[in-house]
Amino acid sequence: MSSVLVDTTVNGDPVQFACPTEEVLLDSLRDRVGLTGVKEGCGTGDCGACSITLDGQLVCSCLVLGVEANGRKIGTVEGMAEGNTLHPLQEQFIEHAALQCGICTPGFLVAAKALLDDNASPSEEEIRFALAGNLCRCTGYDKIVRAVQAAAKQMRKKK
Amino acid sequence: MKVSLTGSLRSAAGGVDSIDIIAEDIRELLTKVLERFPRMEEHMDTGIAVSINGEIYRDNWGEKIPQDAEVFLLPRLQGG
Amino acid sequence: MAHDTSFTNQDFKVVGTRVNRPDGVDKVTGRAKYGADLSAPGQLVGLFLRSPHAHARITKIDTSRAEKLSGVKAVITSADLPDLTGGRQIDVLENCMARDRALYDGHAVAAVAAIDQQTAKKALKLIKVSYEILPHVTDVDEAMKPGAPIIKDNVFTSGVDPKPKKPSNVSKVSEFGHGDIEAGFKAADVIIEKSYKTEQTHQGYIEPHACLATVGPDGAGELWVTTQGHYTYRTVCAALLGMDIAKLKVTSSEIGGGFGGKTHVWVEPIALALSRKANRPVKVVMTRDEVFRATGPTCSTSMDIKIGAKKDGTITAASSVLRYQNGAFPATWAMLGAMTSWACYDLKNVHSIGYDVLCNRPKTAAYRAPSAPMAAFGVESTMDLVAAEIGMNPVDFRIKNAAKEGTRASYGPTYGPIGIGPTLEAAKNHPHMRAKLGKNQGRGMACGFWFNFGGQTCTDLNIGSDGTVNLAIGTVDVGGARASMSLIAAEELGIPYEQVKAHVADTSSLGHNDTTEGSRGTFSSGMATIFAARDAIEELRKRAAMMWDIPVEAVEWVEGEARAVGNKHSNLPALSLADIAKRAASTGGPIAGHNEVVADGAGVSFASHICDIEVDPETGGTKVIRYTVIQDAGKAIHPDYVEGQFQGGAAQGIGWALNEEYIYGDDGRLQNSGFLDYRIPVCSDLPFIDTEILEIPNPNHPYGIRGVGETSIVPPLAAIGNAVSNAAGVRMDHVPMSPPRILKAIEEANG
Repeated sequence: MSSVLVDTTVNGDPVQFACPTEEVLLDSLRDRVGLTGVKEGCGTGDCGACSITLDGQLVCSCLVLGVEANGRKIGTVEGMAEGNTLHPLQEQFIEHAALQCGICTPGFLVAAKALLDDNASPSEEEIRFALAGNLCRCTGYDKIVRAVQAAAKQMRKKK
Repeated sequence: MKVSLTGSLRSAAGGVDSIDIIAEDIRELLTKVLERFPRMEEHMDTGIAVSINGEIYRDNWGEKIPQDAEVFLLPRLQGG
Repeated sequence: MAHDTSFTNQDFKVVGTRVNRPDGVDKVTGRAKYGADLSAPGQLVGLFLRSPHAHARITKIDTSRAEKLSGVKAVITSADLPDLTGGRQIDVLENCMARDRALYDGHAVAAVAAIDQQTAKKALKLIKVSYEILPHVTDVDEAMKPGAPIIKDNVFTSGVDPKPKKPSNVSKVSEFGHGDIEAGFKAADVIIEKSYKTEQTHQGYIEPHACLATVGPDGAGELWVTTQGHYTYRTVCAALLGMDIAKLKVTSSEIGGGFGGKTHVWVEPIALALSRKANRPVKVVMTRDEVFRATGPTCSTSMDIKIGAKKDGTITAASSVLRYQNGAFPATWAMLGAMTSWACYDLKNVHSIGYDVLCNRPKTAAYRAPSAPMAAFGVESTMDLVAAEIGMNPVDFRIKNAAKEGTRASYGPTYGPIGIGPTLEAAKNHPHMRAKLGKNQGRGMACGFWFNFGGQTCTDLNIGSDGTVNLAIGTVDVGGARASMSLIAAEELGIPYEQVKAHVADTSSLGHNDTTEGSRGTFSSGMATIFAARDAIEELRKRAAMMWDIPVEAVEWVEGEARAVGNKHSNLPALSLADIAKRAASTGGPIAGHNEVVADGAGVSFASHICDIEVDPETGGTKVIRYTVIQDAGKAIHPDYVEGQFQGGAAQGIGWALNEEYIYGDDGRLQNSGFLDYRIPVCSDLPFIDTEILEIPNPNHPYGIRGVGETSIVPPLAAIGNAVSNAAGVRMDHVPMSPPRILKAIEEANG
């Protein structure tokens, strides 16, 4: 079994790991780097539970090879809070009860952050379509959308 | 007191839809039912629930049965 | 100790408020640990070899080459798994690992544990299985026909007299009802008779099954697992493996969705068996493909419904014939469907019969109010047809025939106070009913019923030396229970919510608790928490009495503190929980409250749903425009999470009604075992889901709590069926009402 050394930045910190070439980044993050916030819901890019940002772009980490992370910047849910201050999205998800079992929550937070970083005032429809790549089986999405709307409002106020 | 049977429990009791039994609690009720109808044994395994005045009890031998209560034997139910 | 469980109609200070849940921060930061998130030093990867055939005799399994592969530490087949349960759990065992036959596409035939994923995969390829392919059947009606391949030759139809001599795919026939059906139909002015079908669906939890199993040579073991019932898993695994219950410690991870699919074991006993054989921890994580093919979806069904009514809207007779496909092992889902079919209504003459049928499909499991949604689809669709025939408003028709306190339920017993009437009245008066409908849009409504259960529960309440409280519960938290239990404990003790921290205990730390199913979590653990808190209060009063050196009868517990009462002592300053806790060492040691209870009297639950659907007549595509859930909760401990249950159940019902189905090929293999082609609702498919919580107290719970988790999945299939039928102008009778089906129905109606 031959492994490749990967040098990457995860949530702003330099990280190095070795992985076989066929390993997906999802597994590298969970098993090599120890960040279990990313979840495998399907392994085929259909559920979004493994959402991360790669050089600022929202991707499914189960569709990226671990070796492709070399030299690139990775953002996961673990990097969203600043010190012990939660990101507005994290706060609003709790406030609005936008999670029940919580397994899809990390993926939604990463995806919603990618949306709001790009569009500070999304309409309800824009929110729903931006999050259409993240499956939730518990909530029916109602409180998730409300939480994202509230977070967007909170973030606009800060600016 | 009159104990009504439902569903496939009726065939285990020879087809009747109710039987007369005197019992103070669920344990006594089930013991006497089994004595009278040995074929109920096969249902005891999958489980029998007892409805007392509309409330369903799935366990709890000690639950008292008021003499004038409406009592039903139902198959044991499960949720999800 | 017996406690009085009657409803006390009290005013609440914290119960009913919308507080932040205690596990919220962990879940939004990625810290919360689910089934696949734990690893152990030296752990092995466990993988399964699964049958690619729908039905086959296994003539030989040769694992020798796999066992010799470097890095493989254990290989398991049924040869390693003798039945230690005297036949009582043989079905569970056989489903976990095929014995002489593979009974469905995906049925496990062998498992390996190896040092890494690559080696495990290589090992699977080295296992040689010789199959003798047998004819298969995957359709419920086909399976009932004479000449259909018999799935199990030791299953004889039960519920028929005399007992049959030949094996059958019909494992059980169940009948319920009362009155005189023939006379009832004779007395009807209008009779509608129709057949319906619903396809198989999966609970679709986003987290696949996963566990970390460790068994040592001393027979003791640990299991970290995602489950709805860690005690149940302990009991079953211990029985299958011949382990002592007390020596198997099962810890429930956070659960990423269950909905009934995680109330049974699937891979866990095998993971433990692999670990025992290898003497190393074994981690098993199912792939999504395995979850669809080899866990427990719900039944596909076929049914015939008949309703007779007078011109004034009184139903004179109602009958349902239900055929439910149970997969390859006998179950009683059709029986449950027969019991729930007519439960919403007050009927003099009613009859329902359920056929539980075997097929070459996975072993079915409960899916949130199991069996009820399908029967409701048939019944509530037919109710609309009858209402239309009579010329009566569909809501009024239901109100006229609704069950109420004193009604004889179609499954036998008489109802106490119930919520069907109030939910229907609320539906009738809801603003949703007055919203304007656009072109190609139709409105539909339906009601639903579900049982709620109680069961074995215990709770531990321990008071820290600073007066903050640890609450250990045993019902797995699927969606907010820790918040609700903390609210209840805080309410009883009279302290702020933030002073209580609830957690789900492992099986070694707390006595047995039944599985979180049957909408029993809040009801049962709530009851046990109330009594554990009252138990603690008794102790706190004793300690205060000791600190003051007065009789305990002169001590009252009010608003979170001990107060001395009466002429002699009432000038003593009150003692807070913290004051008393600080002195615990001197007054008798740690202060705790405990309760074990078999919670009962959970009652039944009703809901009414209204929805507006737009149908595109050219593509058959649908859009959900508006959706409202009205359901009785008894008492909403935490309204956010009650709303969440309403919305979540509705969303699952919407997916089931419009798009989700298991598609089997002619080869008997599942064609769509992934989220791309098994399409559950996504964010852009749904509107905001409106909810109305009714609170008709349950007389058998101190707070009036009723279970809420399941009922909201019962009405959607029919509410949507009625809406789509109204929008498209043609009656839909086959779920899911996917675009091809709607288009076909429109084309057939247009000739």
